[in-house]
Amino acid sequence: MTIPASPPCEAEAAICARGIIRDFEAGQTTIRVLHGIDAEIRSGEMTYVVGESGSGKTTLISIMCGILWPTAGEVKVFGTDIYKLSDTELVNFRLNNIGFIFQQYNLIPSIDAAANAAVPLIAKGMPVEEAREKAKVLLDKLNIGNQADKLPRQLSGGQQQRVAIARALVHEPRLVVCDEPTAALDARSGRRVMDLLREVAVAPDRACIIVTHDNRIFDLADRIIVLEDGRITHDGKEMPDGH
Amino acid sequence: MLWIAIRMLTGDAQKFYGLLFGIAFSTLLITQQMTIFVNLVQRGASGVFNAPEAEVWVMDPVSRTTDVSYAMPATALDKVRSVPGVEWAVPHLRAVANVRTAEGDLEGVAVIGVDDATLIGLPRRMAQGDKSVLFAPDAVAIDDTGAQRFFPAGASPIGARLELNDQRAVIRGIADAIPSFTSTVVLYTRYSNALNFVPGTRNRLSFVLVGVSEGQTPEQVADRIEAETGLKAKTRDEFAQAGIDFIIENTGIPTNFGITVFLGFVVGVAIVGLTFSLFIRDNIKQFGALKAIGVTNGKIVRMVAAQAGLVGMIGYALGVVGTVLFIYGFSANPFFKGFYIPWQVPLISLVAVVIILAITGLIAIRSVLRTEPAAVFR
Repeated sequence: MTIPASPPCEAEAAICARGIIRDFEAGQTTIRVLHGIDAEIRSGEMTYVVGESGSGKTTLISIMCGILWPTAGEVKVFGTDIYKLSDTELVNFRLNNIGFIFQQYNLIPSIDAAANAAVPLIAKGMPVEEAREKAKVLLDKLNIGNQADKLPRQLSGGQQQRVAIARALVHEPRLVVCDEPTAALDARSGRRVMDLLREVAVAPDRACIIVTHDNRIFDLADRIIVLEDGRITHDGKEMPDGH
Repeated sequence: MLWIAIRMLTGDAQKFYGLLFGIAFSTLLITQQMTIFVNLVQRGASGVFNAPEAEVWVMDPVSRTTDVSYAMPATALDKVRSVPGVEWAVPHLRAVANVRTAEGDLEGVAVIGVDDATLIGLPRRMAQGDKSVLFAPDAVAIDDTGAQRFFPAGASPIGARLELNDQRAVIRGIADAIPSFTSTVVLYTRYSNALNFVPGTRNRLSFVLVGVSEGQTPEQVADRIEAETGLKAKTRDEFAQAGIDFIIENTGIPTNFGITVFLGFVVGVAIVGLTFSLFIRDNIKQFGALKAIGVTNGKIVRMVAAQAGLVGMIGYALGVVGTVLFIYGFSANPFFKGFYIPWQVPLISLVAVVIILAITGLIAIRSVLRTEPAAVFR
C-alpha cells in the first residue's frame, strides 16, 4: 500500500508530524500501530488526542514528544527535526522544551513536593535549594504551597497531580504533554484539573497536548484529534457525532 | 541529580539498611577472616620474632623452620664464630618436653634454651620478673599464653614448681612472647639447663643465632657463613618468611580461610545484588520518568553509581570498624594475642567491595538503561 505524499506543515505549527509510521514486533509478527499519520499541533491551544484503547494515541504522542522513535516519518518540534538529533541532543531537547504529566504522576517517593516539582531544574544543573524555591512559587500558584515540604505519600491524589503539573511547568517548557489527567478522577474533580491545566499550561507560546478518552471533558478542548486504528479520523473543534 | 539519587536510596529505609548490611557483613567477613589468617600464618615465624637480637639464623642444611629443625654438632658454633663479619654467635636449643600438670595430666611444652651468658634468644620483654631470674638454678620463664593455660586466673605462676621431663623446674618469670602457631606452652631456660631438661641425641644444637659486625649486612654474612661452613644461614626476614611459607604449604589453612573469604564475597554479591535489583525495580517508573523528562543515561548511571558509592562507603566503614571491635574485644584471649590488622587487608576488602558493587550495580543499571522513556505512558 502506498501512502500519499503529505502536505507541508503550517509555518507556525509547534509540532509538525508527517508520514508517521510505527511498527511493533510481536514474536514473528509485525503490527503496524500508526499508518502514516500527518498531524500538526499549534501553540496557544489545548489539543486533545482521543481514541479507544489500542487506537495508537499514546504511541503518537510518545513519538511527537521525542521518547519513541518512529519506524518512518518526520517530526519537527518548534522547527527542529527531533529524530535527526543525536541521543544526547534529543534528551537535552526534551529537558529544555517539553513538560510531562504522567497518568501515574511518577513522583519520587522519598523527596518532598517542592523537590519533586523542581526535578527538571535540578536536572538542568540548578542548585537544589534554588530549584526548590522556584518550584515553591509554582506550587503556591497551584494552591499547594503549604504542602511543599511533604512527601508524596503524605499528599492526596489531587495534590500529587498538582505537584506533577508543577513539575511539568517549572522549567517553562514550550510543549506540555499530559497523559490521561482525569482517568482516576470523578467528573467534578476532572473538570477542575482541566480548568487548572488551561489556566497554567496554555499560553500563546506554548502548545499543550492531552491524551484522553474521557468524554466528560471533551467540551473543554480547543481542538480534538481522533485516532482510530492508527489513523486520524477527525481533526476539529468538537467531537464528531457518534463518539 | 546526585542529591535526588541519594534521597531515593535513603528514603527506602528497608532496602538502604539491607544494602548496608550486605556490604558491612561481607566486609566484616572478608576483613576479619583475612586478619585472622594473616596473623595465624605469621605465627609460623613467632620463633624468629621472639628472638629479636638474632640477625642471622644458622642451622643444619635440612632444617626448614624454628619448629622443623635438625640438630647440629656443638662444633657448629665455633665454625660460625670464625666467619668474618660475625660479631657474635650464640647457641639456641629448641626441643619438646612433657610437663606434669597439677591435675596429673601430661602436657607437651616447647623448651627453648637461650645463651647462658647473654640470654640472647629470650623475647624482648618480660611480662613478670626480670630476664636475670633465669640465672637461678632450675629456673624457667613461661610464656604468658602458657601461664594463662597452666594456672587459674589470679594465681601467680612465679615460684611454681614443674615436673619437666622428670626434672625439677621452677618458674621464675613470665615472658611476653608471641604465641606459636600451635599455641604450645613455651618454657625459656638457659642453654645448659635445657640440655638437662631435654635429653636427646649426641647433637643438640638446634640453631646458632648470629649478630653481624658493623658495616656488614645480614645477607652478606649469611652468604659467607654458608660458603665457609656448609651450614644453612638465613637472615631474620628470610627465616621468618620460611616459617610462614611452611604453614601455608603444609596446612589446609589457606584453603579454609580462602573458602570463607570467597563465601563472604558471594554473600555480599547475593544480598547486595538482590536488594539493589529490588530497589531499582521498585523505582523503575521513576527512572523512566526521569529519562522522559530529559535526564541522560550518563546522569542515570552516575545516580546509580552514587547510590552504590554511598552504600559502599558506609557499609565498608561499618565492616572495618566491626573487625576492629572484634579484634579489640578478643584481645584478652591468648589466641588473639598480638593480633593486628595489616593495612593490606582493609585494602583488599575495599577492592572486594568495589567489585561487589560494580557487579551488582551493572546488573541493576542494565534494567534502567533498557527502560524506554515511553514506558512511562503505558
